[in-house]
Amino acid sequence: MNPTLAKYSLKKQNNRKVFLKGMQDGIPIGLGYLAVSFSLGIAAKKAGLTAIQGFITSLLCNASAGEYVGFTLIAANALYLEMAFGTLIANARYMLMSCAISQRTEPGLSIWHRMGLSFCITDELFGITIAREGFINPNYTYGAMFVATNGWAIGTALGIIAGNILPLRLVSAFSVALYGMFLAIIIPPARKEKIIALLIVVCFVLSYLCSVLPVISNLSDGTRTIILTVVISTTASILFPRNDDEEAEA
Amino acid sequence: MSGNIYIYIAVMAIVTYLIRVLPLTLIRKQIKNKFLKSFLYYVPYVTLAVMTFPAIIHQTQSTSSGILALVVGVLVAWMGFDLFKTAVSCCAIVFILELFII
Repeated sequence: MNPTLAKYSLKKQNNRKVFLKGMQDGIPIGLGYLAVSFSLGIAAKKAGLTAIQGFITSLLCNASAGEYVGFTLIAANALYLEMAFGTLIANARYMLMSCAISQRTEPGLSIWHRMGLSFCITDELFGITIAREGFINPNYTYGAMFVATNGWAIGTALGIIAGNILPLRLVSAFSVALYGMFLAIIIPPARKEKIIALLIVVCFVLSYLCSVLPVISNLSDGTRTIILTVVISTTASILFPRNDDEEAEA
Repeated sequence: MSGNIYIYIAVMAIVTYLIRVLPLTLIRKQIKNKFLKSFLYYVPYVTLAVMTFPAIIHQTQSTSSGILALVVGVLVAWMGFDLFKTAVSCCAIVFILELFII
């Protein structure tokens, strides 16, 4: 048996403490998720999902942008292959985070913990996990995930249920929460790096043009997102390849 | 053709998990390819930016409140407030503006 399984076992009091600490840090994240995933639920409702289906999706996927793309693709009756590709593109950033976490875990960490930690990679859980000192104790991340993911899944289900009970005014207000969250992810780095700021402006302009120009505006939102992401990111990578030292601080 | 909702969910869940699990279980060294590194670095920002605009201005009951939500969201995030506060600010500004114009 892999020694790290015993080392990080919840039978040890120390690990239970770390798990509880994770739960504690997961509370504000879970509350934030609850509010934001409510608007995701509204998107899921538009795609025809029931509350249970929305709950299951959020519990299993644990992704904001990825689920949003998924729901728009479901609404558009996309092919399963389109769904796979759309999910891949929208969640590609988790691949980077997974790489980063692999550099911070104990080298001999058991495959089970690697698989468990992988499930917990979201923008916020990644953030609090990587912010801790030393090798990652998976129990911390599990504790935080336990609270946060439930908030995420319950919020999605509530959004589907209450999306049509709530007054139109509130639905209208809640529907921008998800975009607020996206902005909170992309704007702070834009402040530090001019290239990111420039990229965001280019994205806004091209995305707008693609939504009004003939032919391309007939494609589904999800498909347009995929095409634009691949084209813009590829162009940016060719024009502005990143240096290793920049990568270190990212 | 209309797909089965559970197959859609399964595809989403499996692909999302594979993205998260493969690097952490397989890659034990840092990625060296400069293009791939740059591409992976830019993708999240590009995807989220593309998804945000113009979609945000079509979600609300009035286009002007959507535009204002975008402006407020950018400002609040720029000032360094966290995800939750940024999201709430966007919702609040839409709610308040629509009290007056609708």
